[in-house]
Amino acid sequence: MTPGSTTSACVALLRRDLTLAWRRRGDIAMPVLYALIVVTLFPFALGPESALLTRIAGGVVQVTVLLAMLLALDMMFRSDIEDGSLEQLMLAPQPLALMLAMKILAHWITAALPLIVVAPLLAGMLHLPTAVMPVLIASLLLSTPLLSLLGAVLVALTAGTRRSGMLLALMLLPLCVPVVIFSAGAVAAAQQGLPWIAPIAWLGAALAMTLVLAPLACAAALRIALDA
Amino acid sequence: MTTPDPANVLLEARRLSFFRQDEPVFGPLDFRLLAGQVALIEGDNGSGKTTLMRLLTGLLHVEEGELLLHGAPLTPQGAAGEIAFLGHQLGLKSDLTPRENLRVTEGLYGRRRGLDPATALGAVGLLGYEDEPVRRLSAGQKKRAALARLLLIPAALWLLDEPYANLDREGIALVNRLLDRHAREGGAALVTSHGAVSFAGGEPQRIRLHA
Repeated sequence: MTPGSTTSACVALLRRDLTLAWRRRGDIAMPVLYALIVVTLFPFALGPESALLTRIAGGVVQVTVLLAMLLALDMMFRSDIEDGSLEQLMLAPQPLALMLAMKILAHWITAALPLIVVAPLLAGMLHLPTAVMPVLIASLLLSTPLLSLLGAVLVALTAGTRRSGMLLALMLLPLCVPVVIFSAGAVAAAQQGLPWIAPIAWLGAALAMTLVLAPLACAAALRIALDA
Repeated sequence: MTTPDPANVLLEARRLSFFRQDEPVFGPLDFRLLAGQVALIEGDNGSGKTTLMRLLTGLLHVEEGELLLHGAPLTPQGAAGEIAFLGHQLGLKSDLTPRENLRVTEGLYGRRRGLDPATALGAVGLLGYEDEPVRRLSAGQKKRAALARLLLIPAALWLLDEPYANLDREGIALVNRLLDRHAREGGAALVTSHGAVSFAGGEPQRIRLHA
């Protein structure tokens, strides 16, 4: 791997972001803790009736995971903009969209993967049948990267503005809705013994499209953000 | 005035000016930077030195006038890899060590022949601090780590925005030495400063900005 090649740049950037996340492990634990607390509170609020909990389990876990991901979303490019790393990244002789895709991947690994790991625990606390767990995991594996990618575009668009949190949440809401409908729909279908492959396929198609387009949009948006 | 060989002209500005909300920031400005030349950009606070630097990196787009790199209009894509930029924000990750920071640079830009992160850090006097997180270094040491990155990037054109800030007398001498060596190896540099500067290689070209 020669220094300066695209592969070495991808590896260097991915390693940098993962190392940085590891040095601040507490920040990774935050969304997991948040999801754990929210799911724990549901039985207390609704009563421990197992039939009710089973019915809402899939949806509650999906929504909780997506909300927990939002906590870390606006941190995606902030420190890079503040310390000048983003300028250095743009001046490097590398395709910016691909470099940003690496950053989004690192963000997904640190923000979403721990949530997917604890998702069976969360679902178990709400009496989701074990047979449905694989569908839940599959839908989360597709919906969380989708949210990371869509979120990254919006974070890039609001990068120039101060206190962009409110704006970000407002813009992300309509994009979250179809993601939640399809991923919770798959789990609900599996629970009723219906075929669940269609909503999963829709999520996969959306992910494939976003995977190609979102990094390009991110790169364009960040170039505009710095050109001011 | 003799006309320089066009092949030697690294960077050229023609009637370059910049406006912010229709207020002129500087310009029109004409200058030429040849390979092997160091130029000093002078101006008071707020005269647009940093803005000019960001224009030259391609991060800001040119609206008035022309900016040519190797004879072709400067674009972010064309400038990538040709330019090493040291700005007010040093672009170092404070949770990483200088060595880790330089490894990222190496991965992104490649490296200058005969240099690796360890020798680059040695050249700027950071031996013994390679594995200390950058946030624990002093402001001057951070600047030196950023200078090591500059050394490592195989770019012909250096854009240094206030490189002398935060540096002690020895650090200032170090910057001058690096600039001198870079020029002798056929590179070029643009340096902004509001203080008095003396280069080893005689009187530099001066570009004045008027507010």
